[in-house]
Order: sequence, then C-alpha cells, then structure tokens
Amino acid sequence: MKILVTVKRVPDYNAIIKVKGDGSGIVTENLKYVVNPFDEIAVEEALRIKATVSGAEVVLVSVGSKSAAEQLRTGLAMGADRAVLVTSDDELDSLGVAKVLHKVATDEGAGRVLMGKLAIEDDANQTGQMLAALLDWPQATFASKVESLESDEEKKGVPGIAISGESAQVVREVDGGLETIETALPAVITVDLRLNVPRYASLPGIMKARKKELKELAAGDLGIDLAPKVKVTKLSPPPERQAGRKVESVEELVKALHDEAKAI
Amino acid sequence: MGNILIFAEHSDGKVTKPTQIAITAAKQAAAVFGGECEAVVVGKGLDAAAADLAEYGLKVHVVDGDAFEHYLADATAAAVAHVAKSSGAEVVLATSTAVGKDLLPRVAALLDAGMATDVTDFEEGGAMQRPIFAGNVIATVEIAGSPKIVSVRATAFDPAAKGGSGSTEAVSFTPEGTKTKFVSFSETKSDRPVLTDASIVVSGGRALKSGENFKTVLEPLVDALGAAMGASRAAVDAGYVPNDLQVGQTGKVVAPNLYVAVGISGAIQHLAGMKDSKVIVAINKDEEAPIFQVADYGLVADLFKAVPEMTEEVKKVRAG
Ligand SMILES: Cc1cc2nc3c(=O)[nH]c(=O)nc-3n(C[C@H](O)[C@H](O)[C@H](O)COP(=O)(O)OP(=O)(O)OC[C@H]3O[C@@H](n4cnc5c(N)ncnc54)[C@H](O)[C@@H]3O)c2cc1C
Ligand SMILES: Nc1ncnc2c1ncn2[C@@H]1O[C@H](COP(=O)(O)O)[C@@H](O)[C@H]1O
Repeated sequence: MKILVTVKRVPDYNAIIKVKGDGSGIVTENLKYVVNPFDEIAVEEALRIKATVSGAEVVLVSVGSKSAAEQLRTGLAMGADRAVLVTSDDELDSLGVAKVLHKVATDEGAGRVLMGKLAIEDDANQTGQMLAALLDWPQATFASKVESLESDEEKKGVPGIAISGESAQVVREVDGGLETIETALPAVITVDLRLNVPRYASLPGIMKARKKELKELAAGDLGIDLAPKVKVTKLSPPPERQAGRKVESVEELVKALHDEAKAI
Repeated sequence: MGNILIFAEHSDGKVTKPTQIAITAAKQAAAVFGGECEAVVVGKGLDAAAADLAEYGLKVHVVDGDAFEHYLADATAAAVAHVAKSSGAEVVLATSTAVGKDLLPRVAALLDAGMATDVTDFEEGGAMQRPIFAGNVIATVEIAGSPKIVSVRATAFDPAAKGGSGSTEAVSFTPEGTKTKFVSFSETKSDRPVLTDASIVVSGGRALKSGENFKTVLEPLVDALGAAMGASRAAVDAGYVPNDLQVGQTGKVVAPNLYVAVGISGAIQHLAGMKDSKVIVAINKDEEAPIFQVADYGLVADLFKAVPEMTEEVKKVRAG
C-alpha cells in the first residue's frame, strides 16, 4: 500500500512577511523556507500508519521550483521512502496543483493521500478537497484527534487516524466540536494541527535521506492544461493597527474601557 | 449572465448566521458580476429551513433527501455542483465555516472552476481581496472563466435581514454511492455566547498553565463581562480547553467590540484571528510581548493577580 504525502515549500511561519514596493510579490531576500507545518504533520501521520501496516510505502510529492527538493529531503530524513518533485516555472493555482497531484497519484497507484489542510502562505485550504474530487475519492478534511498533544497516547506515537481494512475513522475539527466520520479507502485525508507532534529528523535519518530516490518531473511534460484560473494581480500590506498605550493598574484599565473606549 | 448561488447552512429549520453573512456578500458580488442572488440548501426534511431562507428574498433550490441527513462532503458537493450547472450560476458562494471550507473546493474541482478563499471585499471589475500569509498580506485576485467559486470571511460582512419576495423549488437529485459515513459529533457545550457571535471575547494562553486555572481564574472574568471564551493554540494543544475555542489563522476568526488577551504572547498566527477587533486589551507580564503592538490598552502584570482584580472592578462598573 502506497501512501502519498504532499509537501509544500513555504516561508518559515515565524518570518515577518513584507510586500515589495510595487505590489508584485513579497520580499524574499533572506527568507528562510521550510516544509509547510501542516505537511510535516501529514508526513508524521503517514510514518505512524506505515509502522502499523506491513509493506506500506510513504512517497512524498511536491510541486514547485527545484528548490523544493530541500523540503522533500527533510521529509525523507524524517523517514519517508522516496520523493517525487514536479517542477513548474509558471505559477499554478490550487486547481492546477491538484491536477498535477491527480496525475502523480494515479501513476503511482497511491492507495491513500495525506495532505496538510492549508498552506500557510496562500492560506487557501483547497488543494486536498480538489484532488479528492478529481480522483473521485471521498475526503476527510481537518483530521485531528481526541487526545491532547500532551497525552500519553500521543507520546506513544499512536496514529490519530484509525485504519481498519478498507476504511478509516477520522476525527475532524469542525465548528462547535469534533466530528467523527468513516471514509472508505482510498481517500484523501487533510490534517489539522492537533493530529500529532511531528518527529525531528535524526542525524542518521539525514544521512540516509541523501541516498533515497528523488525523482524529478516537469509539469509541462504531463500533458495537462495547467493555465491558472485564479490570478493574483496585486499584493498590498494590511491596514496598520496603531499600538495604544500601557495602563498602570487594573483600575485604570477598567476605567478606560468604560469611560474612554465605552467597551464595557 | 449567470446568477450568484449561495450555499446555505441551516440548523433547526432556520438559516444560520454564516448564511445571513453569505447573503450580504452575495449581494455585493451581484453588484459586481451582475445576476440575481439565489440559494441552494441541502439536507433532509428542509421545509422549514427552505421557507426561512426564501424570506430573505431568494429563489431557493431545495435538495432534500435521505443521503443528506448529515453533511458529508462528497454527497453535498455533488448536489451543489448539480444545481450550479442547472441554474447556470456565475458565482457559487458560501461563508468560510468548517462546512464551507470543506465543501467549496470540492465543488470547484467538480466544475473545473477557480476558487478564492476568505474573500473580504469585491471590487468593481470583479477583482476580489483576500488575506494571505496569516493576514500579513492582502492579495487582490481575479478568477477567469465561469463559474467562480468564492468563500467569504465572516467578519468582513454583516448578516442580512429578511425582506423581498422569494420562492422555493424542489430539485430532485440523488448522489451516486456515497463513500463516507457520519459516525458521531462531540459538541463543545457552553452556556456562554458563541465565540464568533460575541461582542466581547476573553482569551487565555499558555500562561494559564492548566484547565483548572481557566475555570477558576479566567472564567469569572469571562462571565463578569458576559463574554465568550477563546484561547491560543498553545492552550488548546495542551488540552486546557477544547479545540473549538482556538482563535487564529487555523482557528476561529473573530472581530468583537472588545478582545481581551490574557497571557498570550501574540504570535502572528494568533493575531490573524483577532486583530480586526475594535478594542484590544492585553495582559501579559512581559512588556516586550508582541501582543502589545496591537493592543489599545496594555497592562504589564501577572495575570494571576490582575485577572481576579479585573473581575472585581468589572463587577463594580457593571453594577454601576
Ligand atoms: C501553522 C501554524 C498555525 C498556528 N495557528 C495558530 C492559531 O490559529 N492560533 C494561535 O493562537 N496560535 C497558532 N499557532 C501557534 C502560534 O505560533 C503560537 O505558538 C501560539 O499562539 C502561542 O500561544 P501562547 O501565546 O498562549 O503561548 P506563549 O507564546 O508561550 O505565550 C505565553 C505568554 O504568556 C505570558 N505569561 C506567562 N506567564 C504569565 C503570567 N503569570 N501572567 C501574565 N502573562 C504571563 C508570557 O510572557 C508569554 O507572552 C500556529 C502555529 C503554526 C506553526
Ligand atoms: N505546490 C504544492 N506542492 C505540494 N503540495 C501542495 C502544493 N500546494 C498545495 N499543496 C498541498 O495542499 C495542502 C493545502 O494547500 P492549499 O490548498 O494551498 O492551502 C498543503 O498543505 C499541501 O499539502
């Protein structure tokens, strides 16, 4: 059984993002890039599932620039088996990425696809659901778990997604609480933050990762129309919020909220 | 010219607030893209919900059937895509709730359509604005082709009021073999206002140190203010409070009249969910904490001392 896991290269989540003066993009000088945090969780979950299924293989896939090889190596160092990098010089929209992933998942004969729920740069939250539709597979988005990330269960590395036979039980983070659904497999599952705490790559893991297979394909060679339907025409900074003032005491705070801000 | 098709969520036979918000956004979209606002509602036993929806002056496409007893993405997306096609929709729009986020991209792919997430504004000519990078950048986007799939951010539009004359029309649609099944829902029960509806929100962070402290230290302040309770991700991950209370990039986005951040450092992912609040208060013992950069009123103090004091002061002011 092959588990395909998507890995996107994104700016570090701690980075302060600035827009270029002409609004054509963000300032990328000195920007550090990482594996999208949600995708790290997806890789971790796939590795935990693999540990419970004999003969399972974890294959990573990224779509983007050649530099994304760096993020794929990180995933390989965590323990994934091999990786596919689909390079594209043109900007793709989510549907374009989903079409590329559809092709890779089909060619690989993947039995499950694990993805992050969201890429922290475009904040789109689209690609997994789109891929599921293209594959005509069911989807289980925002996978989470009932136990906290500081629970013993989590420390033991138990997968949050329970797979039995040809179906999976997925706990989902939804408005108002946690929902559990059962999905037939194959399926696309997108993960939320509270599914697991991803492992760090160990030094031997990093050494081994250098020798693992990383196959490169060009998106342009796949024979799919990838012309984006969604175009970003301009970026701008958000309206600035003026910092207010410090108050000296609780009494002053409550008085200000009542008399000045009229908020209570 | 096509219409604007609103995906409507409902509960207990009534339209929900996110749907009222979607109606307002749809009217703005109609002003830009043209066409009439229509709605599609999907579920089982929809007579009351469909009638309620029609009172907003909308033509309502009603997809009622056993397959839709519980919301499930595959069945519902198939139904919405079907109605989008049969009604010739130019735009399919919903609010970015958990359901909207799960559903719309699937609808988009079924229709081979482009989608914009969390739209906050429609510009003349059809461009749309949406926050990216956890709200640190505003992107202007355009969607080519038709239909266009749009989710809107709840805090950017006011809920619509009833008015105008609407109608309902039954659509007969049965999805092919649904591959998912609803198992259970564990609801976060609370007598307090709903986080996304409340005019005052008090959120606690990792500094609260335990679920017990949320109860004994924070909740009295929450209740004295008649507020909803929120939390940072660190507090939720540690299991102090349920996931439903998380405010931020990956949690709820709120914009209350007053937001009080207690023992929260102010990471950009947290700010992404609350910095559009009207008045922001921060209580933190570290005067360098980034939360102070967005706070209208900052109090550098130990929360375990300041919060009980504030609770008492608030009670005094409220008693008035
Ligand atoms: C992909 C991604 C998505 C994320 N999404 C979210 C999100 O949606 N929402 C979110 O909140 N976070 C999110 N985060 C996490 C975020 O980056 C921060 O880690 C988190 O917000 C920190 O929570 P905190 O402020 O409670 O904890 P900390 O950062 O640990 O801050 C605790 C604060 O409490 C203060 N303090 C300690 N003791 C006291 C005391 N006795 N009295 C007063 N003050 C005290 C400290 O000075 C400190 O400022 C996300 C992270 C990632 C990577
Ligand atoms: N270019 C890409 N390469 C690999 N995975 C991607 C890419 N874009 C999106 N994804 C995956 O889709 C998820 C959701 O992304 P998005 O829809 O962009 O928010 C991410 O967490 C990734 O797992």
